[in-house]
Amino acid sequence: MTTLAKHTRPAPPQPGTPSPRGGLRRLGDLKIALFFIAPAMIGFIFFYVVPTIRGVYLSFTEYNILGDPEWVGMDNYTAIAKDPLFWNSLAVTGQYVFLNIVLQTALALGLALLMHKVAKSTLIRGALLLPWMMSNVIAALLWFWMLDYQIGVVNQFIEWAGLPRVAFFGSEEWAIPTQALINTWRHMGYTALLIFAGMQAIPGHVYEVAKLDGASPFQTFRKITLPLLRPVLVMVLVVTVIGSFQVFDTVSVTTGGGPVNATRVIQYYIYQRAFTESDFGYGSAIAVILFLILALVAFIQMKFLKGNESDLD
Amino acid sequence: MKKTLGAVAVAAAVALSLSACGSGSSAESAKGEINYWLWDANQLPAYQQCADDFTKANPDIKVKITQRGWDDYWSTLTNGFVGGTAPDVFTNHLGRYGELAENKQLLPIDDAVQKDNIDLTAYNEGLADLWVGQDGKRYGLPKDWDTIGLFYNKAMLASAGISEDQMKNLTWNPEDGGSYEKVIAHLTVDKAGKRGDEAGFDKNNVAVYGLGLNGGGDSSGQTEWSYLTNTTGWSHTDKNPWGTHYNYDDAKFQSSIDWFAGLVTKGYMPKLETTVGASMADTFAAGKSAINAHGSWMTGQYTGYQGVEVGIAPTPVGPEGKRASMFNGLADSIWAGTKKKDASIKWVEYLASADCQDVVAAKAVVFPALKTSSDKAAAAFAAKGVDVTAFTEHVKNKTTFLYPITDNTAKVKGIMEPAMDAVVSGKAPASSLTQMNEQVNALFK
Repeated sequence: MTTLAKHTRPAPPQPGTPSPRGGLRRLGDLKIALFFIAPAMIGFIFFYVVPTIRGVYLSFTEYNILGDPEWVGMDNYTAIAKDPLFWNSLAVTGQYVFLNIVLQTALALGLALLMHKVAKSTLIRGALLLPWMMSNVIAALLWFWMLDYQIGVVNQFIEWAGLPRVAFFGSEEWAIPTQALINTWRHMGYTALLIFAGMQAIPGHVYEVAKLDGASPFQTFRKITLPLLRPVLVMVLVVTVIGSFQVFDTVSVTTGGGPVNATRVIQYYIYQRAFTESDFGYGSAIAVILFLILALVAFIQMKFLKGNESDLD
Repeated sequence: MKKTLGAVAVAAAVALSLSACGSGSSAESAKGEINYWLWDANQLPAYQQCADDFTKANPDIKVKITQRGWDDYWSTLTNGFVGGTAPDVFTNHLGRYGELAENKQLLPIDDAVQKDNIDLTAYNEGLADLWVGQDGKRYGLPKDWDTIGLFYNKAMLASAGISEDQMKNLTWNPEDGGSYEKVIAHLTVDKAGKRGDEAGFDKNNVAVYGLGLNGGGDSSGQTEWSYLTNTTGWSHTDKNPWGTHYNYDDAKFQSSIDWFAGLVTKGYMPKLETTVGASMADTFAAGKSAINAHGSWMTGQYTGYQGVEVGIAPTPVGPEGKRASMFNGLADSIWAGTKKKDASIKWVEYLASADCQDVVAAKAVVFPALKTSSDKAAAAFAAKGVDVTAFTEHVKNKTTFLYPITDNTAKVKGIMEPAMDAVVSGKAPASSLTQMNEQVNALFK
């Protein structure tokens, strides 16, 4: 504030004493600022802060939504620690996130390179975004029918190729990879767009210099594009990993947690405990644990990938 | 909470007694519009007809019917209870009402039933008693019932040389499956045209399965296996309704389930993994299974497929010399928070009366709860060319057992669904259910 004041006002009447006019203006700024922040702030408080605090409170209670919450202390958490389905849901979600993120990021990076270097037409670039514009539920249902064991078109092709039909959603081995692939297909265009934007921010002269020095395309990509893209990549990873951990709709409209427990991902398990089995305290406790896990994952990503620093300066 | 409920109850009692005194003139609350919910779209036309007739007889009361699919029905209803926007009257399910009654969301209707002299013996046996809660209060009047039968493809039966009489007199036991397994095996055909009981049958390349599969059956096995397991003398719980101990650890149950899962291994029933997606009825219509065990409420769908001749046989006779079918009944209940109690009671009583149930019967969709209306429904089915004795026989011969009504049904289902899936898909033996049973019974401690 003081440095700013020095720049704007070349000759302060008496250094050290705040001018009444400056103080007033600061207050005036605050009012205007509050006015502009208010819509977002109100939404944030009522739809995020209050529910989060209430969720944390409910996680220490036994609550079936029709009665009143009853304080039970750490009971929910100790029960979760011994709940094999909770640990199963963590493992299943982990498997999903791993497959989804690795594939999605790799493919998106490739697509972004193509958009950057080859496909300059807006039409093609726009077409890459099409799957992302579809609602998650629609995309899931579409694939659910196309991959159906009995009547799905994909299995028809597989059979024509002389291979045995695959129970994409029905078998325990395939259920999670199938859903990870569907969501990869849906999200990679959008992820590619974000990375592509990052690539466009890399100044062209860096590439010119590399070319002059005789760097191969692969060297350019590894030594220039990737390092300079890092802040964007970290942002993309943080957002997509958090989103990936929260997979729910695809599971809900297709396998519903099954076969056996193969797709009982953490969000679905929360929903099942809270809304199906009316155990809102238990569900809230798992949600709090998921919140902590995601906070930790985001922190580690930011810390070790140095997402808030850029190599461009 | 308790206080207000008490006050509401007193007010309701007063309102009831007032309406009783003021002969003819209806009390204030017996006016206006009441909201009514149901989940089965097939039954909507029948109940709309009932609502119109009801309003004609009671011009002060309008009924607004909302139909919601089963998947959204219960969560929307729960939200309504919490938010105060629940319907005045709604179709209730045996698997759900225990919890709702316990949480004081349902209005007991004992006084009205007594005052209006509702004849509870006019309903098919046991149906009215199902709706008396653990506290001894009545929470609904029965509207319909269902049992299980075997839908079979007549053309496939004929080409296998099995007569319809044979089909109607099947026997079953958990050791060798009886004539039921023989018929299933013979109806199974592999891609080379070999039948399931012939030498050289390729169980990995089956074109038509003898028996269709709907799923693992979770806690009740309503259409999947309960028509078999309960012929052995086994029952789901120690007593019904309001049992507090489940019996999935029983040897009789586990051997029956082992036999059931064994059908998959033998290639007579599709693998569980292949049943995710397309419905069992549609796969039957596509000619991929010869027999499907399913509920009476599916009759319209099975007999409605173009080009498939369908017959309905009763479920097989078990080791104790009797058939068995789960007997499930729905009822109409009143939300405790309704502001139009008298009107709601009138509507529920109308729904449970012959006036409305005969209308439902005439549409030949489900079997109404009243004995006389049930007969009319059977006649309406017969007029459409569908013989439904396979379903009505169970009721007539008293070979039904009740849908297991207990507390914690949603949690029991949560434990048993993956457990049964694991057994039916061959990932675990039926003996693994002993441990699951311990988890289930721990819910009641």
